[in-house]
Amino acid sequence: MMKKVFTRPKALTDKPFHYCPGCTHGIIHRLVAEVIDELGVADNTVGVCPVGCSVFAYNYFNVDMFQASHGRAPAVATGIKRSLPDRVVFTYQGDGDLASIGTAEIIHAAARSEKFTTIFVNNAVYGMTGGQMAPTTLLGQKTTTTPKGRDKEQAGFPVKVAEMLSTLDGAAYVARVSVHNPTHVNKAKKAIKKAFEVQISGQGFALVEVLSTCPTNWGMPPNEALKWLEENMIPYYPLGIYKEPAEVK
Amino acid sequence: MARVTFREERCKGCELCIAVCPEKIIVLAEHINAMGFHPATVVEQEKCKGCAMCARMCPDVVIEVEREVAEA
Amino acid sequence: MSKILMKGNEAIGEGAIRAGCRHFFGYPITPQSELPHYLAKRMPEIGGVFLQAESEVSAINMVYGAAGAGMRVMTSSSSPGLSLMQEGISYLVGAELPCVIVNIMRGGPGLGNIAPAQSDYFQSTKGGGHGDYKLITLAPESVQEIIDLMAKAFDLGDQYRTPVMLLGDGILGQMMEPVELGEIQEVKQAAKPWAATGMRGRGKPNIINSLYIDPEDCENINKKLFAKYAQIAAKEQMWEEYQLEGAEIVLTAYGTAARICKSAVDKARAKGIKAGLIRPITLWPFPGSVIARAAETAKCFLTVEMSMGQMVEDVRLAVNGTCPVYFYGRTGGVVPLVSDVLAEIEKLVDGGDRE
Repeated sequence: MMKKVFTRPKALTDKPFHYCPGCTHGIIHRLVAEVIDELGVADNTVGVCPVGCSVFAYNYFNVDMFQASHGRAPAVATGIKRSLPDRVVFTYQGDGDLASIGTAEIIHAAARSEKFTTIFVNNAVYGMTGGQMAPTTLLGQKTTTTPKGRDKEQAGFPVKVAEMLSTLDGAAYVARVSVHNPTHVNKAKKAIKKAFEVQISGQGFALVEVLSTCPTNWGMPPNEALKWLEENMIPYYPLGIYKEPAEVK
Repeated sequence: MARVTFREERCKGCELCIAVCPEKIIVLAEHINAMGFHPATVVEQEKCKGCAMCARMCPDVVIEVEREVAEA
Repeated sequence: MSKILMKGNEAIGEGAIRAGCRHFFGYPITPQSELPHYLAKRMPEIGGVFLQAESEVSAINMVYGAAGAGMRVMTSSSSPGLSLMQEGISYLVGAELPCVIVNIMRGGPGLGNIAPAQSDYFQSTKGGGHGDYKLITLAPESVQEIIDLMAKAFDLGDQYRTPVMLLGDGILGQMMEPVELGEIQEVKQAAKPWAATGMRGRGKPNIINSLYIDPEDCENINKKLFAKYAQIAAKEQMWEEYQLEGAEIVLTAYGTAARICKSAVDKARAKGIKAGLIRPITLWPFPGSVIARAAETAKCFLTVEMSMGQMVEDVRLAVNGTCPVYFYGRTGGVVPLVSDVLAEIEKLVDGGDRE
């Protein structure tokens, strides 16, 4: 008997993604949707999408959604979760949104141990606005606002979000994963699932930083971008679980 | 026995599936789809093992994989 | 029922609770601090949520989350904090989310000071943030009126799916007056089938959003908002007329300035000067109709504000050249004296040789 072993998750609508060819946002969307399906919480979930490339994510997740102003998704999620504590709430944010304009919101949501889950997509560049330097742009990386490469004297250093947030007592689960090959895609899904489970069991704030590619603004074909991520981003942004609740270790 | 199907009209021809297919049976088609991309397609369907690596890497969720399973 | 003594800021909190508000998000700033102090104690007593946000920017976005989830929700701040909230207010308007925002105004611009002022009239009534919009703006003049207007504020917000501003100043927030609270009653709230609460069998996601990427869609949303504003302007104007009968010199003032004007009008009448007052209670929708009517028989208008003159522009639009409109104001936290206002009225006797 032929059985479907891989199909579109129900927590995704049928709307085609607007992302550029090879952009790994689509993989991460799918993983979040698969986790929602596996946990059986689609009917009880509220998502918050950011400003940036994933601004239209409310069209793609087949759950109730909010579109938040730039960087403020964690504040919006706080308002939702404090109003409806038995719902599953997640934010989906890029690096400009979370690690630049929205640093205050994410830090304090984590510090308060707000019981929601944040999916943080780090592709080291501003995509939607035209490939400018992001807070996570690597030293030496060329962007439209660092045409000779990011110079630490002029533009400082990249922000390591997972490491920073894991220092907060309120952060219950913090992990950094990547989606540059199928093995890591599987690991990323496990981390995302754990981050939802930590919320559902009431253990507190959970964040998964997902290293992602931007072939368009990095100026390379999609497969080359995956290789660039592996060779350049992972050494600076080490993968792993930075924090997890003691009882689930 | 396994089968992989592509929703060609949604494929953006990014080639991520092609690179990870262990059987090397995915290629970009000669024709272009309505979006103007050469969509990925499978040649030698019979070689597909149903590992779903391609589907796991597809950023546009255009791939479905079926595999022969023993009757319960 | 017996009356109790309450501070204006506390009355805002109690009025909100009696209006069914169970969610408050705010950030400390003078001179509205008694309000969060009150709610930090009161909300947990009634199973509500009080949360001190990390900034006004976060507070207004928490309001966006709670409002989109269908809650009656409030935030409060003072002038500089309101400046920080403007982007969030614009999003609330764009997503058509009801909430109540309190501004206990202080002297500006910049850090200004913590003394009472009325210089955020433009910011409150003319939009304030980016995009085409209006905010229903309620301006109480007493602690009792605060209690009464809080219920109105939440009802208007829900009815029209719009944020509502309660605009006061440091004097109103700090002053203690006796109020009649009445029994706490079950508040009848309209259903919010649009709220994003998790689908729960609805079958179709609800989306809270203010993004309309197609210009025609965005224009249509603006048209929809303005159709709503036309309805509000037609139905919801509120004002008080004081000694308006036969008034030749018509004062216009709101909030604390209106209380000062009432005393000045009494003193003028005692001197045989036919002065009266129109006190707008809704600053938007501005009660232009009553002002236009009064202009038909008045000799002149005198607008008094604790600013360099903001509401006076709306008075002039309403009077539309029928008679002269004069202005007297003190600003930067300076409060006009009754004797100053009386002196201005006296300058206008016999047609006004003011300049």
